[in-house]
This record gives sequence, C-alpha cells and structure tokens, in this order.
Amino acid sequence: MNFATRVVLEVQETTLMTVRAARRLFRRPTYLNEMIGQMDVIGVGSLTIIILTGFFTGGVLALQTYPTLKYYGAQEQTGRLVATALVRELGPVLTGLMVAGRVASAISAELGSMVVSQQIDAMRALGTDPIRKLVAPRLIALIITVPLLTVIADLIGIGGAWIVSTQLYGIASAAFSSGVWEGLTSKDVVGGFVKSSAFALIIGAVACRQGLQTEGGTVGVGRSTTTAVVAASILIIVADFFITKALQVILGMPTG
Amino acid sequence: MASTDVEVQQTDPSTLPRDGQVSEDAAESTFAEVDDSARGIPAVEFRNVHLSFDDRKILDGISFKVLRGETKIILGGSGGGKSTLIKLVLGLLKADEGQVFVDGEDITNFTEPEMMRVRKNIGMIFQEGALFDSLSVYENVAYRLHEQGVPEDEVEEEVRRMLRFVNLEDAIDKMPIELSGGMRRRVGIARALVGGPKIVMFDEPTAGLDPPTARTICELAIKLRDLEDVSSMFVTHEMNNLEYITSEYAVVNDAGEVVFEKEGERLCLTNTKIIMIRQGNVIFSGTDEQLRRNEDPYITRFIRGH
Repeated sequence: MNFATRVVLEVQETTLMTVRAARRLFRRPTYLNEMIGQMDVIGVGSLTIIILTGFFTGGVLALQTYPTLKYYGAQEQTGRLVATALVRELGPVLTGLMVAGRVASAISAELGSMVVSQQIDAMRALGTDPIRKLVAPRLIALIITVPLLTVIADLIGIGGAWIVSTQLYGIASAAFSSGVWEGLTSKDVVGGFVKSSAFALIIGAVACRQGLQTEGGTVGVGRSTTTAVVAASILIIVADFFITKALQVILGMPTG
Repeated sequence: MASTDVEVQQTDPSTLPRDGQVSEDAAESTFAEVDDSARGIPAVEFRNVHLSFDDRKILDGISFKVLRGETKIILGGSGGGKSTLIKLVLGLLKADEGQVFVDGEDITNFTEPEMMRVRKNIGMIFQEGALFDSLSVYENVAYRLHEQGVPEDEVEEEVRRMLRFVNLEDAIDKMPIELSGGMRRRVGIARALVGGPKIVMFDEPTAGLDPPTARTICELAIKLRDLEDVSSMFVTHEMNNLEYITSEYAVVNDAGEVVFEKEGERLCLTNTKIIMIRQGNVIFSGTDEQLRRNEDPYITRFIRGH
C-alpha cells in the first residue's frame, strides 16, 4: 500500500470510528463515570503545563512586541496586540499542541497496550463495544476540557503579558487593560472556542485510532504513540489555517 | 506425564456455577439423560471457512462441528491458524468465505451489535489471561455484571463464587500485576465463566505455565465439561493437556468433593474429540486413540516430539 492510499485509508477509518462513537453516545450504558474520570486525567492533569505555557507565552509576547510597537510610538497597544494574538491564535494552538503532546501520547499508548495484551479483544468478547467504552468518553472529555484549558491559557497569558508590560516596561495598568478590552470582540472568543473544540476532536480521534490499530507488540505501541503525537500536532497546525480562513468568512472577521 | 488415578480437589460443590446443578445430586446430573430437543444442533460449526491476511492463507476451507457438551481439542503447530478459529467464533475476525454457526445461528455476516448478543453466551479464555490492568481482580471478574448494571451485592456474591471455583478467593483485592501467570489465567477463567456461558473457548490457556498449574487449568476445563455440560474449543499444542482432558473425567463423590478419575472400565470418554490443523486444513479429526494410531508422519512427530 503506497503512502497516499494509506493516508486516505487512515482518514476514512478515523472518521468512521468518530462517527460510530458519536452515534452510540446516548445508548445505555453511557459510561458517565469513564467520561468524568477522563476529564480529570485530561483536564485537571494538563492544568500545570497549560498554566506554565500560557504564562510564559504571554510574557514573551509582551517582551517581543513592546520594543517594535514603541518604534511606531504605539507601545500603549501592547495589551491589545497580546490579547488578540493569544485569544485568536496562540491560546488554542499552543493548548492544542501541549495537550496533543501529553494526552494523545497517553491515550495512544494506553489503547495500544490494551490491543497488544488482548484486552481489547477480551472487552469485545465480554460483550462491550470498545468504541463506546474507551473512545467516546475520551473524545467527549477532550471536547469539554480543551476549550476550558484554552480559556485558562488565554487568561494566564494575558496576566503574564500584564506583568511584563507593567513591571518591565512601565506601561500603566489601566492602559494595558483598556487595550485588552478594546482589542477583543465576542467573535474572537467564539473563534477561540471553535478552534479549540476542533483541535480536541483531532487529538482524540487521531490518538484513539492510532492506539486501536496498534500492531506488532511493544514496538508497535511506540510507533503508534509517535504517530499519534506527530499526526495530531501537524493536523492542528494545518486545521488552524483553514479554520481561521473559514471563521474570517463565516463570522466576518477582519481580513485586511 | 501420567497423573495418579484419582485426584481429590478440595472444592466445595456449592461453589460451582449454578447452571450445572451439581450440588443437588452430582452423580445424577453428570450422567443423567438430557432431554433437550436443541441438543441436536451443534454448539459451534465451521463450514468450508477460508481466511487470508493479505496474501497469507490462514484457513483453507475448514469444516468441523463442536457438539453440545463436547470438548474439541484443536491441535497444531504455532501460527497454524488455531487461535484464528476461536476469533471467528467470537466474531473478532470475519471469514473471507464459508460460514460459521454458533448455536445453529449463522453468525458469518453478523454486525457488531448482533455479535455482542452472541458473545454474551460465550466465555473466552485468552492465552495470557488478558486481564484489564487498571482493574482489580474483583472488578475484572465482575466486569460483565457491572456492564449489565447488576446490583453490587449480587455482583460480589457471584464474583466470590467464581473465584472459589478457580481457588483464588484470597486474591480478590489484588491487582493483575501482583498475580503470577497461572493466577492471571485462573482469574481470566473466572471472568469468562461469569453468567454461566454454555460455550467456552480456551486459547492456549496453559502456554508457558509449570506442569502443576497447567494441570489445574486442565482440571477446570474437565470440570466444566463433565459437571456443567459446557461445550468448548480447547486450542493447544501441548500433549500433556491432551492426555489429561481425553483420559480423565470429573465426578462429585459421596463426600461432595470433585474427584478426577481416569477412563477405563467404569467409563470411556466420548465427549472429547480432537482435530489437528496444519497449513489451514484439518489433517486429522477423531478420538485420542485414533490420533495415537494415526501413521501420518507429521502427526506422529507432533505427538512424540521427534
């Protein structure tokens, strides 16, 4: 099978798996406990790295943009620029990438190990559909927690930028805040949610599919994990471009 | 490796699965005439089943039946497609051609939800136990009942009963990682037997185990066959297993203990047959005596090991 055929096959299988997970979501048993457990692992578990990433990204953004803006005499706009960049772009993408690194690998390795130790076969033999029991709760948990993590990353990022701007560059706190408020619109926030939800779906679908199609023992688990993280990360970056363009058209966001 | 003529196991018959009704009058239930019109239908039947993975042919037109209450030992070298047969019965794989019947029902083209219904009546024992790592022994054995939403007090009673059946009640709170290989398989057996399935699949359950533990696993298979009227497919390549299962039977003695007796003057086992698979074909089908008399060079080498 050549590379192109394999890619098309993977896209097809991943889509089918996601559709199956969505269609069987409301059939009993609903595995609510699994879902809450996964939200804890994915959401609460990723909080530390998201806070650190958000804080330092916001900080460095202010650190880099202030001198450039000052050149044009627009240093008061630092808050506005940082907030827009974070909420529209960096918040969702960086959160997506961090979660892809931390969670896609974990999901893929866990499901992959279950495949090679025949636990998935055992589950099916015991009358449980692994798509409903394992895939659906993870997808739902990701779709709920990733947008929330993104909001936290955005807020912490703006906080980081505020500290840098006011403490290092001496911008007045009120000037920074008003820049943030003026710069952000509800469309930016909606766009951020749309992006982060889409990224969550990408992470979940790619990781679960890679995990469940693991072949070849422990080496196969390693391979699936790597593929899951790489594929999810690249797809997030690519999807970000197309979603941004789509949002510009649909929400009528500024294009130039 | 011959065992002693009569071995006594300290198993209280009240701990055995309910469906077999051995505790009331064990001897009667073991040898009683069974009046059931459905018994004529084989528990499992393969009709001209073909299966290939890419270009590699795994099964090449296999046909055989497993009758009610019968144990079918499936012999063959590694990679010969033995485990594939079990996966086809459970619908974990689909045949390229031919038909697979379970309880007279053609499952060949069943969808996944339809297969879920069929799987509920089949117990499957995996090669390494395939226990869920993240769940304790109790949760593993209770898995099927938890999925069905059975109340917790009933679940605990059933789990303890099944763990007593495999002599592992002490391990109830342990995690799978703390268990030895043999214990893991016994927990796997307990898990598979919850709900009293009438068809049980064994996928090389004794591979890599020491002889006494392997013997224990075989004894469980014998108990299921003789005391519970379970039909089973027992995939193995170990001749010790064959020896035990084809020459011994389980009865409950006057003291209520399960004892294993060797076939001989009192009883000749007819509910255990063997098929041997080679390169995707059945090369032998019959009893252990016929197998030993067979002069096919591959079979004689397989039996003797040289």
